[in-house]
Amino acid sequence: MNALLAFLAPGGSMRLLARAATQRVMIALALLIIFGALRYDHFLGAFNILSVLQYNSMFALTGLGMCFVIMTGGIDLSVGATAAMASVVSAMLSPYGILPGLIAGLAAGLAVGVVNGFLVTRLKIQPFIATLSGMLMASGAGLLLAHNQSVSVSYDTDFTSLGQGDWLGFPIPAWIALVAYVYGSIALNFTAFGRHVLAVGGGEEAARLMGLPVDRVIFATYVQSGLFASLAGVILAAQFGAGQPAEGVGWELFSIAAVVVGGTLLTGGVGSVATTLAGVLLLGLIFNVLNFENGMGWISLSAYWQSVVRGVFLMVVVMVGPGVSRRVAATSAAPAE
Amino acid sequence: MVEARMVRPRGALPDVSGLLRRYPALAAMAALLVFNFLVTPNFASWQTLNVNLTQVATIVIVSVGMTLVIATGGIDLSVGSLMAISGALAPLIFLSSFGRAHEAVGDALAFVVPVVVAGLFGLFNGWFITRFKVQPIVGTLVLFIAGRGIGQVMTNGNLQVFKNPTFQFIGLGRVFGVPFQVVIMLAMVALAAWMLRRTLFGREILAVGGNEKAARLAGVPVARVKRRVYAISGLCAGVAGLVVVSINSSSDANLVGLGMELDAIAAVAVGGTPFTGGQATVVGSLLGALIIQLVRYTLLANGVPDAAALVVKGAIIAGAVWSQQRSRAA
Repeated sequence: MNALLAFLAPGGSMRLLARAATQRVMIALALLIIFGALRYDHFLGAFNILSVLQYNSMFALTGLGMCFVIMTGGIDLSVGATAAMASVVSAMLSPYGILPGLIAGLAAGLAVGVVNGFLVTRLKIQPFIATLSGMLMASGAGLLLAHNQSVSVSYDTDFTSLGQGDWLGFPIPAWIALVAYVYGSIALNFTAFGRHVLAVGGGEEAARLMGLPVDRVIFATYVQSGLFASLAGVILAAQFGAGQPAEGVGWELFSIAAVVVGGTLLTGGVGSVATTLAGVLLLGLIFNVLNFENGMGWISLSAYWQSVVRGVFLMVVVMVGPGVSRRVAATSAAPAE
Repeated sequence: MVEARMVRPRGALPDVSGLLRRYPALAAMAALLVFNFLVTPNFASWQTLNVNLTQVATIVIVSVGMTLVIATGGIDLSVGSLMAISGALAPLIFLSSFGRAHEAVGDALAFVVPVVVAGLFGLFNGWFITRFKVQPIVGTLVLFIAGRGIGQVMTNGNLQVFKNPTFQFIGLGRVFGVPFQVVIMLAMVALAAWMLRRTLFGREILAVGGNEKAARLAGVPVARVKRRVYAISGLCAGVAGLVVVSINSSSDANLVGLGMELDAIAAVAVGGTPFTGGQATVVGSLLGALIIQLVRYTLLANGVPDAAALVVKGAIIAGAVWSQQRSRAA
């Protein structure tokens, strides 16, 4: 209900608190980049920037879909398995060209999204369990189609350019992610769909009583998440030259972490698309900085430290953040004025 | 067909006693067993029983702790990573120069220390969640990410291969022909089920999950109950980690317990413990894990590929939870 009030009255306290969280993420990202730029010679070099963008564009896409689902108060555990299945399907159709490969991959994601949406909105199964089964089904379907092996993509067509190509000096995956985030930002901030997503997350019953098409909104977020995840899968296949049915393990929890780092509350009703991208980049850059730090020769941390550092970083974000989330919780508990 | 029976146990067995009606998981289990006795060759043998129980033991051990966590309305995503830590720690202890010099002490410590450490990490989860009022998914996500890294850093990502009959009794030993890990599993299920029903702590767990505010007003030490529940979940994960590495005769922190959190959560869900908290059945979680295992075994034994079994598993989890929700609403 409070989220409803928040968007009806843009000066509402929730908006301000959300904006404070937004600024904090952006500041953290800026600080990390400045730190890297001052400390390492090639941190802002074209090669490093492009490879970071190219690799993290996949997580940016799964994170974007996840962000919308979480804003409705749900969760999508199937994004990694969906990406894996889509990478297989698109690799299988890549001999027919770039478009058939892309469309086939998206169709796979659409299918998983529809199943998830059906389980959540029609059968009323909690999102965690519903998308857990969606994840198992997608993963099984991917392995079945690929016969438990990676499926090599065709190099006769220009399919691989989806993952390896450049346009105006930037990697195509980064362009795809950028377009997706522009779409996401517009959809969230300037369309009825975006307002409905936040309203549903703020209070499902209240949104229902106001006559909002709650089930349709929730369904749409799962379909959208499936589509973005499958886009990530197409990029995966194109970037590494093969559809990989066993890839994507743990992507879902990494995406959730990125969304949380981005300041979107798991209770739903509050969220931002731009800060989700910042969250993805923060988690990705930590790994990058660690690599550079090793290159300096002062310390020698194995690659295994990256997950420790990421975990600790998530912990710090949550510890710094709760002031915000607790106050938000307190305001939503208070009677609406 | 198996699936249809699973989803509608009442339809498959129209005239069974109220027991089956009250515990749909039990009915599904019975249907599966009947199907297997009729169709699967060589199903009725000790070997089949042992294979299935052995494979399911670690999942059940983890889901005992998970059931208690979910009973408080929480969730624990860190169990797989805690298994990796415990599994990495045990060989480090008995392969160390101290462990080699004093074998008995080394082996004893290899049992105790990893479990205690995993329990302490669990306690950290509980502290973090209650102290900072973090949602359990996010709170335990920290150790899900960092925990496996800690295990990998401890071993530098190396595979530890070992042969230590005393330690490996936990995974390979037998008591009166029953695999020791199955004995542990049953003991832990019995203990947790008794605790949940008969002790004050059990009551407090359900009270916290049922209505946290009311529980706090009634004088239940909510934060302490939660901390203990996550600590127990950590202890369970620690034990499961020891079992896994001793079965494998090796410890690989990259793989031990990978995906275990979702397997355990699925077992709890199929077993009939609702995610809203306040209600819980540890025996149900045992049944849930057995059902998932038995479905997979049934499919594999009848020539269905593993990947297809995964699809069926997904459908069964959704179907089981859906049918429970219907029967609760009815």
